[in-house]
Amino acid sequence: MLLEKTQIAETGPEGQEMFVLNLGPQHPATHGVLRVKLTMDGEYILHAEPVPGYIHRMHEKMGENRTYAQFLPNTSRIDYLSAMHYTHAFVGAVERAAGIQVPRRTEFVRVLTSELNRIASHLVWFGAFLLDLGGFTPLLYAFDDREQIMDLLEGLCGARLTYCYYRFGGLYNDVDDEFIEGTRAFVAYMRPRLELYRKLVTDNIILRKRLEGIGPIDANLCRQYGATGPVIRGAGVPYDVRRAEPYSIYPELDFEIVVFPQTDCMARYQVRMAELEQSLGIIEQVLDRLPAGPFQAKVPRVIKLPPGDTCYAVEAARGRFMVRIVSDGREIPYRVKLRTPSFANLALFEEATRGMMLPDALAVMGSLDLVIPDIDR
Amino acid sequence: MPEPFRLLVYLGGIMAFVGLNAAYLVWVERKAAARFQRRPGPTEVGPAGLLQPLADAIKLLSKQVLVPPEADRLLFRLAPAVVMAPALMCLAVLPFSERLGARDVPLGLVLVFAFGSIHVLALMVAGWASRNKYSIISAARVVSQNVAYEIPLLLVVITVLMMTGTTSLREIVDGQAGAFWHWNLFNLKVNPLMPVTFVIFFICLLAEMNRAPFDMAEAESELVAGAFTEYAGMSFGVFFMAEYANIVVGCALATILFLGGWHSPVGLLPGLGWFLLKLYALIFVVVWVRWTFPRTQFYRLLNLSWKILIPISMFTLVLTSVMMKLF
Repeated sequence: MLLEKTQIAETGPEGQEMFVLNLGPQHPATHGVLRVKLTMDGEYILHAEPVPGYIHRMHEKMGENRTYAQFLPNTSRIDYLSAMHYTHAFVGAVERAAGIQVPRRTEFVRVLTSELNRIASHLVWFGAFLLDLGGFTPLLYAFDDREQIMDLLEGLCGARLTYCYYRFGGLYNDVDDEFIEGTRAFVAYMRPRLELYRKLVTDNIILRKRLEGIGPIDANLCRQYGATGPVIRGAGVPYDVRRAEPYSIYPELDFEIVVFPQTDCMARYQVRMAELEQSLGIIEQVLDRLPAGPFQAKVPRVIKLPPGDTCYAVEAARGRFMVRIVSDGREIPYRVKLRTPSFANLALFEEATRGMMLPDALAVMGSLDLVIPDIDR
Repeated sequence: MPEPFRLLVYLGGIMAFVGLNAAYLVWVERKAAARFQRRPGPTEVGPAGLLQPLADAIKLLSKQVLVPPEADRLLFRLAPAVVMAPALMCLAVLPFSERLGARDVPLGLVLVFAFGSIHVLALMVAGWASRNKYSIISAARVVSQNVAYEIPLLLVVITVLMMTGTTSLREIVDGQAGAFWHWNLFNLKVNPLMPVTFVIFFICLLAEMNRAPFDMAEAESELVAGAFTEYAGMSFGVFFMAEYANIVVGCALATILFLGGWHSPVGLLPGLGWFLLKLYALIFVVVWVRWTFPRTQFYRLLNLSWKILIPISMFTLVLTSVMMKLF
């Protein structure tokens, strides 16, 4: 942090006087322990180097030392904001490898809770992003709405954030009428709230000026770095795992892949805001069509996967999350590979923010919706 | 009352007024912000959290004043003292009511702006002496922001001066006696764009006071705490108090220049109550704006001043002079 000690002696190409600014690991805008080493010329960023690893917990290594059931709770702690999706991917991979047939009711409930989780995650992003832009009030509004989702999911599985609700071949618990009524009430409550957010935040002139045309991330850049989720959809590419690699009952459901072609921060903002709407639609469809029946398939007490290689990808709130399990036939996997969206989304940060000013770079970082434990795992 | 004694009483009174305002505007701001955000705000200390500022002050006073080893010790300790002084000095020339006011200086308005600029100097010294990169970026921002906004502010003030013909604040207020259509804000005969001028004045005030949406100096999501990053305990508290003291001075000035000071809007019973009412209404707007809007970017802030506010205020200035010459 000391000016003289970290100053670079050499000058830049056009005689710029450069200095290194440490953004993080304890910085209000990085929302966690991400550190970005910025080489700056005044307030212009010449080079940004993300330094991850401050919250690395060796989830992949832990996967190689535990049985499948023992590793299951870990998955919800990788990205604590979209725990349902992450558990879904791991459970799905094991089911696919073991050939477990999941009951239809279970699939419906999984989609239902996943979409609730997506709304909760996007609401946190909405609040935190506005906080990055200097607006404090929307955060409290968003958390107020998210609280209702957390109460609903707490009633289902007891956890408020790191749900471990999905089990191999089923669920921890069946949904009850109270949950279904509560979800219906929530959908009815949420629609006017989205309209309120549009009037209060999206149409605000200061916000529009701050986001429109700022931080273009085009489709090519997304492809180079493997960015997915709202980032690539904000670049005009209709890529969504729910449609590209269909899983669960998503092929039966009617929803749109939200695409905004402008590639700027506003496009990514609007993708997420529109996805909230889409998720509410999915929840309504699932509630209307929820079949009766068992919620747990017959699964052996000790799961041993046949030797081989299995992948399962889901559309998490931040993009494509994939679990790859390599099994050698024992009850402990040989290798668990976790492909996390935030890591790929962060990778393009350097190229996207080159030559940008500090406040705009932080707007870009906010629009990527990074979750730091998801980067480090 | 003998003159030295009177001045001493006023000194004590002004310091008490600033201290009380700084403490309780924090409470007002926290309560108002809480209401905007659907939460109760401070409730624990005292009834409705009214003793919260006191508790905060005691906490801050009990903390060690840390000076970073690389910092310039003298300037680092000097900055909090310098930041508070101009607000107190400005209040010495502001008239609160017909009879209340420490000193009526003929050049009162000029004095207020002269002292007001010292505040910037203090922030710059604080940022520079901290030897922290965030602080230095913040200091650079404060200076260029204040230079940019001083110009439209002064252009607006010159417009008002042309209308009133005096720099004595007391005479400016006396010129607006009577009902609200005598206020400078509604003096449309001389300048039909007077409400626009007032809005420009208010925007410039927000920028000069470093308040949201122009709080570039302490943009916490970019610069951690800006110029105050390295300050701990009461030395930070003084900066915090100075911010609120400056809000009081700025809003009081807006009341005097545009809203008829202590004159009642219906022409009856002028007095201190009206002055305070207008003052706190303006302060509430300042708080309201902060908790409603996101922050702008720094370069857009400068563009707003140089490309929009300065041309408009220049235009109103010319318009006023032409109107005064013609009618």
